[in-house]
Amino acid sequence: MDTFFANAISFGVIFLFGCVGEILTERSGHLNLGIPGIMCVGAAGGCLGVKLAAMPTDGANGFLVVLSGILFAMLFAGILGAVYAFLTVSLRCNQNVTGLAVTIFGVGFTSFFINNVVMTEGVSTALSFAGQNFFNAHIPGIEALGWFGTVFLSHGALVYLAIAIAVAAAVVLRYTKAGLNLRAVGENPATADAVGINVTGYKYTFTVLGAAIAGLGGLCYVMGYMSGIVGSNVDQTIQGIGWLSIALVIFTLWKPAFSILGSIVFGILYILSSRITGISFEQIPLLNLVPYVVTILVLIVTSIVGHRETQPPASLGLSYFREDR
Amino acid sequence: MAQPALELKGISKYFGSVAANRNIDLTLQKGEILALLGENGSGKTTLMNMISGIYYPDEGKIYVDGQEAVISSPQDAFRHHIGMVHQHFKLIDIFTAAQNIVLGPGGKGARLSRMNDDVRAIAQKYGFAIDPKKKVYDMSVSEKQTVEIVKVLYRGADILILDEPTAVLTPQETEKLFSVMRAMKADGKSIIIITHKLHEVMAISDRVAVLRKGEYIGCVDTASTNEQALTEMMVGQKVELSIARPKASTDRPLLEIRDLVVRSDEGSRAIEDLSFFIRGGEILGVAGIAGCGQRELCEAIAGLRKVEQGGIYHEGESIVGLTPKQIAARGISMSFIPEDRLGMGLAPSMSVTDNMMLKNYAEHRFDIAPVPVAEEASPAKKRWLRFCNRLGAFINKLPCPFVNRRAARAEAQRVIGELDIVTPSTETPVRRLSGGNVQKVLLGREILTEPNVLITAYPVRGLDINSSYLIYDILNRQKERGAGVLFIGEDLDVMLALCDKIMVLCHGRLMGVVHAEKTTKEELGLMMAGALDLAEEKGKPMGVAKDSQIAEGEDSAWNA
Repeated sequence: MDTFFANAISFGVIFLFGCVGEILTERSGHLNLGIPGIMCVGAAGGCLGVKLAAMPTDGANGFLVVLSGILFAMLFAGILGAVYAFLTVSLRCNQNVTGLAVTIFGVGFTSFFINNVVMTEGVSTALSFAGQNFFNAHIPGIEALGWFGTVFLSHGALVYLAIAIAVAAAVVLRYTKAGLNLRAVGENPATADAVGINVTGYKYTFTVLGAAIAGLGGLCYVMGYMSGIVGSNVDQTIQGIGWLSIALVIFTLWKPAFSILGSIVFGILYILSSRITGISFEQIPLLNLVPYVVTILVLIVTSIVGHRETQPPASLGLSYFREDR
Repeated sequence: MAQPALELKGISKYFGSVAANRNIDLTLQKGEILALLGENGSGKTTLMNMISGIYYPDEGKIYVDGQEAVISSPQDAFRHHIGMVHQHFKLIDIFTAAQNIVLGPGGKGARLSRMNDDVRAIAQKYGFAIDPKKKVYDMSVSEKQTVEIVKVLYRGADILILDEPTAVLTPQETEKLFSVMRAMKADGKSIIIITHKLHEVMAISDRVAVLRKGEYIGCVDTASTNEQALTEMMVGQKVELSIARPKASTDRPLLEIRDLVVRSDEGSRAIEDLSFFIRGGEILGVAGIAGCGQRELCEAIAGLRKVEQGGIYHEGESIVGLTPKQIAARGISMSFIPEDRLGMGLAPSMSVTDNMMLKNYAEHRFDIAPVPVAEEASPAKKRWLRFCNRLGAFINKLPCPFVNRRAARAEAQRVIGELDIVTPSTETPVRRLSGGNVQKVLLGREILTEPNVLITAYPVRGLDINSSYLIYDILNRQKERGAGVLFIGEDLDVMLALCDKIMVLCHGRLMGVVHAEKTTKEELGLMMAGALDLAEEKGKPMGVAKDSQIAEGEDSAWNA
C-alpha cells in the first residue's frame, strides 16, 4: 500500500508539471492545446541532455546529468512553446487549431528524434543507468521512517522540483504584482494594456515558461517514472498524459496550489488499473476513463454553481489586438 | 500667462480613408476643467485616445508642460502624468477595488500588502467613498467609476480625462462626482470631461471646446456662453432644443403587468411585485439607475425570461408562457440597445437586409406572380394558363425553404429611406455602420411590423442630438398611431419632455408612477435612489388601471 501511494505521487507529478505549465499559459489568456506535444518534445530533449552528460557512464557526475536533462527538456519544450506563442500572440492564429498542430508535430517529432538521434549504440543502457542512479536517487536512510519515508521521501529530485514549481507558481499568482498583472492580462487584455502592462510580453513570457515547465513532465516520465527505460510507444503514452494534464487544469480550477493535490488524485486514478486485481484486460481502458469523467463532473458542478472565481480566465482563447474596435 | 498643462497642435488621425480627427489644436490650462463637446462620431474619444496612448496620431504634436511629448503607448501617457477614465470601464471583474487600482507597472512601487491602505488614503484626500476590498462584480456602476478615477490618481495623474462619466449616474451621483472633480481641481489637477449633456457642461466646466465632424470648431469660456449657442457650435446649424409631446387620444390599457416577479441571471429577484399598465397612445417612461431590473423587465415581456410570479396581460389575455415568436405575433415588439449597442436584436456581421429578415423569415413564401390571361387566346391556352395560376397560388401557400431576399431588400430600402440611415448599401454588414445608424436599423425593423406595444430600451444611447431627435420623432409617430410605448431611458431631461408618464424603479421595486408634467428631476432622482417611495406613501396599490381589460375572475386575488 505504501508503494502504491509512492507510485501515485511519482506518477502524479508528471501531470503536475503539465498542469502548472498550462495554468500559467492559460492565465495569460492562451489555451495551449499543444501541451501533449510539448511534453513529448520535453522528453526527447531530456533524453538528449542525459545522453550528452551521461556518456560514458563511468565517471558521469549525477548532478550534471540531471541538470543537463532538465535544461535540454526545458529548451526543447520552450522552443516549441515559443513557436506556439509566435503564431498565436503575434500572428493571432486560432489558438485551438495552432495548439492541435503543435501536438501533432511534437508527437511525431519525438518518435522520430528518440529513435533516430538519441538511441545510438549503448545509449539505452546509459539512460537506464542514469534513470536508476541519478534521477531516482533519494535521501539515504529513509527506510527507517516507515510508511512516511516510503510515501513522501523516497522520490527523486524531479518530484520535489515539481512541487516546488507548483508552490512558487501559486505564490507568484497570488501574492506578487507580476501575478496580478498576469491574471489581468488573461482576464481582460484591453484593461491591462490601458494601465500600461506589456500584454505581449506577458503572453510570450508565460506561454514559453509554461511550455518549458510542461516539458519537464516529459522528462519526468521517461527518466523518473520509467527510470530511463524508453519504450517504443513513449510518445503515445506522454500524449495521453498531456491531455489529462489539460483536463487537470480544469479540475483544479486554474489554481496551482490545488493542482498539487489534484495531480496526486489523477496519479492514483491512472495507476489504479494496474493495481486492481481481478479485472480483465479489456476493462483497463474503462478505468483509464475515470479521470476524464471526474473532470467533466467538476466542469458541471462549477458551471452550475457559477461562482465568478471558479471560472476560466475571461479572455481565454481570444486574440488581443490593441486598435481593434 | 502660465505654461499650459497640455497643448495639442495640428493633430490628425485617419482610419483608412476616413479622417476621425483633422488638424486639431487644443489647450488645457493647469487646474482647469475643460469640457469637450461634440456629436457622436465627431472624434472626441479618438482625440482623447491619442492623448492617453491608445492610438498614435498620424500628424501633429502633443506638448505636456511645454515639452514635446511622444505618446505611443499607455505607459508613455502615464509617464507624462496623463490618465484616462474610459466610457466603458476597463476593470477586471474578479479583482478587488484595490487590486484593480494597483494593477500595472509603475505607480508608487507599493507592495501588495500595503495596497488597501494606499487606496484608502487617496479616497480620503478627495472625498471618495470606496471599499478597497470589494470585488468589482459586486459593485454598482458609480462605484466602478470611482475605482477608475482613484486608479488614475493612484498612478500619479495630473491630467485626467473623463469620457462621458455621467452617462450612467443618477443626478445625485453626478453631483457627488462633480464635487470630487472640484476637489481635484483645487488640488491643481487639470481635467478634460467629455459629455453630451449641455447642462452638465454649464455646471462643471471652466471652458468648453467643441468638435464637429473631426474638426476643431472653437473654445469658449463657459461663463460667457449658453446652451443654445453651444448646440449651434456643435451641430453647425440652428436646432430646436425642445422635444415635442403631441397629445394622442389614449385608449384602454393595452399591456398590463400585475405583481410581476422575475429573477436575474444570478438568481436574485430583479423585478419584485411590479404592477403597471400601458395605454395605447401614450409613452410610459421607465427611470432607474442602470441595472435596476430594466433588462429583466424587457426580457420578461418579450418572453425571453421566465416569469416567476404574477401576470402579463396583452389586451386582457395572459401572454405568460408564450414563446417570443407568439408574443411578437400579437404585436408586441422589443428593441433593447445594450451598452455595446449591438448585443440584442441585430447580428453585427450580417447585412442590413439580412437583419431585416431575422424577424420575419419564417413567413416568407414562394412569390409566384400570376400570368395574365389574354382574352383573345384560345380556350385551351386559357385553361392551361388558369391551371398554371391556380398551381402557382397553391405553391405560394406552401411553406417555403427559401428566404425572399427581394422583399427583404425592399423593406431595408424603405427603412433606410424613412429613417435617413447612412449606409453604403443594403448589403453592408451592420457592424460597419456608426452607432446611431445601427440603432436606427434596429428601431426601424421593430416599427416596420406596426406593433401595438413597442418596448424600447435606451434607443438614443450614445446618439448625437440630431439622431436622438429623429428617434424621438419616430416614437411620437408610433404613439400618435395608437401604439403604447414603453420607453426605458437614461436621461431624465429627455424623459421629462418626451414621456407622458414616468415609472420609477429602484432595485426592481416600483417607487411610483408620476405624470411627466407634474414632476421634477429632483423628485425622480430621490425615487431612483430609493429615498422616496410614492407607492408606499399613498398606501394604495399603484399601477392598476381602473378600466382594466383583465377579465373578472381571471385574477380574483386582485378583484377581491
